[in-house]
Amino acid sequence: MSEHYTLHVNGADHEVRDAWLGENLLYVLRERLGFLAAKGACEQGECGSCSVLLDGRLVCSCLVLAASAVGQPIVTVEGLGDGDRLTDVQQAFVDAGAVQCGFCTPGLIMAAHDLLDRHAEPSEMQIREELSGNVCRCTGYGRIIDAVQRVAVARRSAL
Amino acid sequence: MTVIVPTSIPEALSAFGEHPEAVALAGGTDLLVEINEGHRQAPSTIVALDRVSDLTTWTIDQRAHRLRIGAGIRWAEIERPPLAELVPALAQAARTVGSPQIRNAGTVGGNLATCSPAGDGLPVLSALGATVHVVGAAGRRALPIDDFMVGVKRTALGSGELIEAVEVPLVEGFQGFSKVGVRNAMVIAAANACVVTDGTDVRIAVGSVAPTVIRCGEAERVASDAADWNARSIDPADARRSGELAAAASRPIDDHRSTAVYRRHAVAVMVERLLLRALPGTVAS
Repeated sequence: MSEHYTLHVNGADHEVRDAWLGENLLYVLRERLGFLAAKGACEQGECGSCSVLLDGRLVCSCLVLAASAVGQPIVTVEGLGDGDRLTDVQQAFVDAGAVQCGFCTPGLIMAAHDLLDRHAEPSEMQIREELSGNVCRCTGYGRIIDAVQRVAVARRSAL
Repeated sequence: MTVIVPTSIPEALSAFGEHPEAVALAGGTDLLVEINEGHRQAPSTIVALDRVSDLTTWTIDQRAHRLRIGAGIRWAEIERPPLAELVPALAQAARTVGSPQIRNAGTVGGNLATCSPAGDGLPVLSALGATVHVVGAAGRRALPIDDFMVGVKRTALGSGELIEAVEVPLVEGFQGFSKVGVRNAMVIAAANACVVTDGTDVRIAVGSVAPTVIRCGEAERVASDAADWNARSIDPADARRSGELAAAASRPIDDHRSTAVYRRHAVAVMVERLLLRALPGTVAS
């Protein structure tokens, strides 16, 4: 593979030029393509702040070799909403006060969307287990769980 | 650096043929950490295996009662049905691997190739008596898992060889996995264990307490001899004795995750509890 490759991020192709091929996806998203939502903290897959969807799977972008992700759809928080409109999960995080410093929030938003897409009625234990890869040092998680439950209830009553 | 993304096993093997120094990339949950932290010199060539579709299928041989799991199958798939119903202990282990994000990336083949003493899938595969299928330019070979695991992060995999699949028997009896760490989620095992019963056989493997996962032959024999196989029961004192023998067979160390004393104690407790779950019948007095 040449040192130019193309990543498909949030529905559009983005060319990565003159990059070292050992770079992880988080670095390429932030430093080369300007997608700043995913955050880098541990760079070893423990904190979840860099969570993105890769080919429909929630993964830590710091553990993805960017050059190996060619041809696979990548979704970051920037690709979730419709322009400036918040998703139901983002709005619930605001309403429930699930955001304090905000550093972990993009990863949690990705994980919460992924969880709610697979479980329409998650129990509290299920939410805790599903979000166990996302570390938050501010909230104590209570309001994050509340936000996820609000979305689950709202989605069910909208059916 | 060169990154090669093959889509078939022959393509992958030819990539290794052309680049003998190449490093295989599966889920990336070990290799990317090492590259990110500069713990290893970045390899000059990486062969990413996640598009090789032959590695991500599983098949059942009904006549032989065996399940063949492609090396590229991720923990997230193993922790859910139908695989979870076929190999429940492997699913239990899968559920304790890292976080959902890690289980969406990490593979059973990667667990084998990394061969960490703490690898959560490995005690299960060892207790099941798994066979590791590898493929290289010279052809295919099959190794018993206990021969495949050679040392701390060392395997019998030759240069240019890939793990193609791991094969396990579909056992009729009990299989259970247990793990101890400093918290419930997102934790590397301080010690882990698996107990399998098959017919009147008891098989016990423990991890994170020796350079590789180990089988505990003496503990197995004591449990198998002591069990009442008609009542599917075991005297709690015999379960304890078997656990103590498993602890005696382990060779744990003190490190940043735990101490040798605690690990040995944890092995005894886990094996005892797993045996009581495996053989829960009422003991005749």
